[in-house]
Amino acid sequence: MALDRSDVEKIAHLARLAVSEEDIRAYTCSLTDILKFVEQMDSADVVDVTPMAHPLDAVQRLREDEVREVNQREKFQSIAPQVEAGLYLVPRVIE
Amino acid sequence: MYKQTIASLSDGLHQGTFSSVELTRQCLERINRYNAQLNCFITVTEELALADAREADRRLQSGEAAPMTGIPIAHKDIFCTDGVKTSCASRMLDNFIAPYDATVVASFKNAGAVMLGKTNMDEFAMGSSNETSFYGAVGNPWDSTKVPGGSSGGSAAAVAARLALGATGTDTGGSIRQPAALCGLTGLKPTYGRVSRYGMIAFASSLDQGGPLTYTAEDAALMLNVMAGFDEKDSTSIDQAVPDYCAGLNQCIDGLKIGVPKEFFGEGLDSVVGDRVEQAIQQFEKMGATIVEVSLPNSMLSVPAYYVVAPAECSSNLSRFDGVRYGYRCEEPVDLMDLYKRSRGEGFGAEVKRRIMIGTYALSAGYYDAYYLKAQKLRQLISDDFRRAFAGVDVIIGPTTPTTAFPVGDKLDDPIQMYLSDIYTIAANLAGLPAISIPCGFSDGLPVGMQIIGAYFKEEQLLNIAHQYQQETDWHKQMPEGFS
Repeated sequence: MALDRSDVEKIAHLARLAVSEEDIRAYTCSLTDILKFVEQMDSADVVDVTPMAHPLDAVQRLREDEVREVNQREKFQSIAPQVEAGLYLVPRVIE
Repeated sequence: MYKQTIASLSDGLHQGTFSSVELTRQCLERINRYNAQLNCFITVTEELALADAREADRRLQSGEAAPMTGIPIAHKDIFCTDGVKTSCASRMLDNFIAPYDATVVASFKNAGAVMLGKTNMDEFAMGSSNETSFYGAVGNPWDSTKVPGGSSGGSAAAVAARLALGATGTDTGGSIRQPAALCGLTGLKPTYGRVSRYGMIAFASSLDQGGPLTYTAEDAALMLNVMAGFDEKDSTSIDQAVPDYCAGLNQCIDGLKIGVPKEFFGEGLDSVVGDRVEQAIQQFEKMGATIVEVSLPNSMLSVPAYYVVAPAECSSNLSRFDGVRYGYRCEEPVDLMDLYKRSRGEGFGAEVKRRIMIGTYALSAGYYDAYYLKAQKLRQLISDDFRRAFAGVDVIIGPTTPTTAFPVGDKLDDPIQMYLSDIYTIAANLAGLPAISIPCGFSDGLPVGMQIIGAYFKEEQLLNIAHQYQQETDWHKQMPEGFS
């Protein structure tokens, strides 16, 4: 599967990554190479194989629905880029 | 003191021959002397280390000490440390002071171990050479023109140069075992779910597993005793009793059945590395083990399967880094989309972005079946291969890496060549099996590692076999010149 630059631009958008013009070109080549490399998987017959969900067949553990964590908002927000009145600030979303 | 093992230093501390403060100062002095050259630490926590050491000495004197009490170790900078910068070697987290301790970090604190600092690594553990770090490459103590391996390259270099007595690492596709092999150390990746992943910054959640890097198997057992165990904060932690990993070290390995997979000795394996591993297998035969050829026919597809599964999971895990709640934020974002895209575009390095994009593509509409689903099916086949092999043998032995440490810059521009340096280690991650790498010789002055893969939860057996080998050989006792 060969990617072209518009594919890479679309992937970068889906991944929310700003990628420069120059880098788009480089990624187009390296991503294509990697996808070609992983196509080696096609040599295995996996038609009737059940995909692995967990190596030890463990299932999700459940617990009582109770509050265990204490509120540490101030501590957590002390490392945030921008907060005000206990809220995280981002550029205006709604005019 | 720095030339001794954790086991013998622990005895010295308990007997009062020297104090933890003395031992810690010696490590800190060595870090001051050698870190500029090796770049193996991102953060050195000198004051905290001395405070830990003083508390350890108090515990030692009052009889409250455990085997790891007072032992100076380093943590890979992927483990969250409350109040201490936890960068994952990324610009994205260059300003991140973790607000809590990883369970592994808390366990070592409870055991009274001393934290010297946080070690360098490949950015977000994505790499096999420690060259993708935002803080620069790490030197291999055996030869500064060679890489130490990765992603736990800083931990490996720090222990190999005796700046720390042991270090934690994480292994998603070989990131403990490969640097252990390239730096002449013992490195153990436990069974998936054996060591808590809580507070260990996630890369590929179905593969990531923490473990120790040490001089000897006995030291690895001492560290694993602290690290292993059920943790309800990690939803994939396995609730199974933890043995005393030191208790079984001295068992005789007479009658042990060792499987040697022919696929691990084919094309791509350096002939000297192959010879050293063959000699180690002969050594085990002399010690009473039986050698059986086994086949892992699908193992050669483990690298392609891994480069779907790991990037897919990383693209999901790393979506949390959005420039809003913590970490890097770009200057003057014009709108929310610009904030997300530039914070991520500027905060992540080239290899991390490459893997996020591969994973995003593999999980995008219309491609899921062709990539992720197929890779998960292959994982099942790879796991079935191991199950068949373990029906007839106790452990599987082969090389850890296809070559010894490669030159700095050699594979940086060729991602696929870099990915193939983990060709023998990835299968154990895909199957969730425990595996250990131990030194088994040298080639042109560089260490060679052999890998021993065990059945699920057989860490005790792997450590026993490694320890017995280390009683008969002295490869693990060699030290790189210039650091002795």
